Amino acid sequence: MRMKSLVPALYILFLMLPIYWLVAMSFKTTNEILAGFSLFPQTWTFANYIEIFTDPTWYWGYINSIIYVTMNTVISVLVALPAAYAFSRYSFVGDKQLFFWLLTNRMAPAAVFALPFFQLYSAVGLFDTHIAVALAHCLFNVPLAVWILEGFMSGVPKELDETAYVDGYSFPRFFVTIFLPAIKSGVGVAAFFCFMFSWVELLLAKTLTAVAAKPIAAVMTRTASSAGYELGLLAAAGTLTIIPGAIVIYFVRNYIAKGFALGRV
Amino acid sequence: MKTQNQRAWWFVTPVLLLVAFNALIPMMTVVNYSVQETFGDNLFFWQGLDWFEQVLKSERFHNALGRQLFFTFMILIIEVPLGIAIALAMPKKGPWVPFCLVTMALPMLIPWNVVGAMWNIFTLPDIGLLGYFMNHTLGISYDMTQDPVAAWVTIIIMDVWHWTSLVVLLAYAGLVSIPNAYYQAAEIDGASNWAIFRFIQLPKMKTVLTIAVLLRFMDSFNIYTEPFVLTGGGPGNSTTLLSIDLVKIALGQFDLGPAAAMSLIYFAITLFASWLFYTLMTLNDNKS
Repeated sequence: MRMKSLVPALYILFLMLPIYWLVAMSFKTTNEILAGFSLFPQTWTFANYIEIFTDPTWYWGYINSIIYVTMNTVISVLVALPAAYAFSRYSFVGDKQLFFWLLTNRMAPAAVFALPFFQLYSAVGLFDTHIAVALAHCLFNVPLAVWILEGFMSGVPKELDETAYVDGYSFPRFFVTIFLPAIKSGVGVAAFFCFMFSWVELLLAKTLTAVAAKPIAAVMTRTASSAGYELGLLAAAGTLTIIPGAIVIYFVRNYIAKGFALGRV
Repeated sequence: MKTQNQRAWWFVTPVLLLVAFNALIPMMTVVNYSVQETFGDNLFFWQGLDWFEQVLKSERFHNALGRQLFFTFMILIIEVPLGIAIALAMPKKGPWVPFCLVTMALPMLIPWNVVGAMWNIFTLPDIGLLGYFMNHTLGISYDMTQDPVAAWVTIIIMDVWHWTSLVVLLAYAGLVSIPNAYYQAAEIDGASNWAIFRFIQLPKMKTVLTIAVLLRFMDSFNIYTEPFVLTGGGPGNSTTLLSIDLVKIALGQFDLGPAAAMSLIYFAITLFASWLFYTLMTLNDNKS
């Protein structure tokens, strides 16, 4: 039994090492970083973090990212809910083909869409807005949300719907007051995944923005190349991008395994 | 049994419109480019299928595709068995379960360019933890900006670090859904650990493992940001995977025609392979 728990322990250690190094780096001074190897910061400094929180280019990067990620999560879950209900409860002409077509969009390489997306969103006048990135991320998040919600909804017995209708509930009232509470963990998990994939994606977010809606990830790459070798600053910015993920993951910790299985266990 | 109801189309209409706007219009743009030649000024000339022929015959494409297939193969062959092994060793209940799940999922929530930057800092020869350990403690020469082998090992380990947890979490979800009675029955029959794995755990994990293999295939085949930030496709072209090459052609050289043709071929390969995996892995379900 002791031997067995060694496997996850070693794995977690392996996962934490690069993260530790990033965090340790963010508290070092540039001099210390360039002077050579040190396992812990010798002289602790918060200068890197102070610079990020006082420079508008930096902290607006975070605000921009959080704005479009939130928009995307809300849009994706809202449109996916009725669609997932339809897929889980009804059969209609072309349902299987439609479902498969939705999933194929999850397979499209983002690199393929970068240039056409730029042209499309420029043409409709949405270039460099938060909503442009939020809508673009729907390409892969909406199919995923439909897939997850459909899994959770299929786990709810159909008798629930039928009983509600017999009791005289209208469809919207049934959906909001009875059905939604029954699948609330599924909604949470779907929202978590939308947040996750919108937060980590960079290529489309960078292509669709210039100044006003520039995401933190793009600020990082540009600063890294323009300001030369400011590793400490880069490490601090990277460390701060881990925090929102760590917060949302804490909220779904009890559903996370089932969520990754898309509700299908 | 599902009810026949054509009005269900109203429920899927918002999704349909939203995804179609994002998928069909850009896709038509790509198709449009792929059959035309341009000399700027928005002047386009009909080119037929020449670009497709050119891409399919070009050595550059073959090389990038070869590297991509090798990368995806390595990812699947390492991450899937490793993920199952870790899931099997994880505690089934108790206070450590949420801790394991949260720490394991953490790498997946880090923006992809930060993952690349983090591994860059981690592997710097003289000041990175791994780089210093390899070069100065073990005395093995390690510099991924110089050595293609080191670059390859690094991008594979980085992806194992980044995504093995996906397989772990999926396999774990399958494992905890197995009722205890199955294990008790196996114990009465005196089944070996291997027999328990082969006849109880593996069949129960089949659905989730199908999802895991599909997702890992698609995402590793489409990977762009992490290796681009870490190695920039180098040294030389040694880690220029398909997406990296595609972006180089489309946005670097602005060769829209060949880039569009390559995009469509790329997408077709992903679709076909995903369909193949899905069909093979669900083959037995349909028979029984």
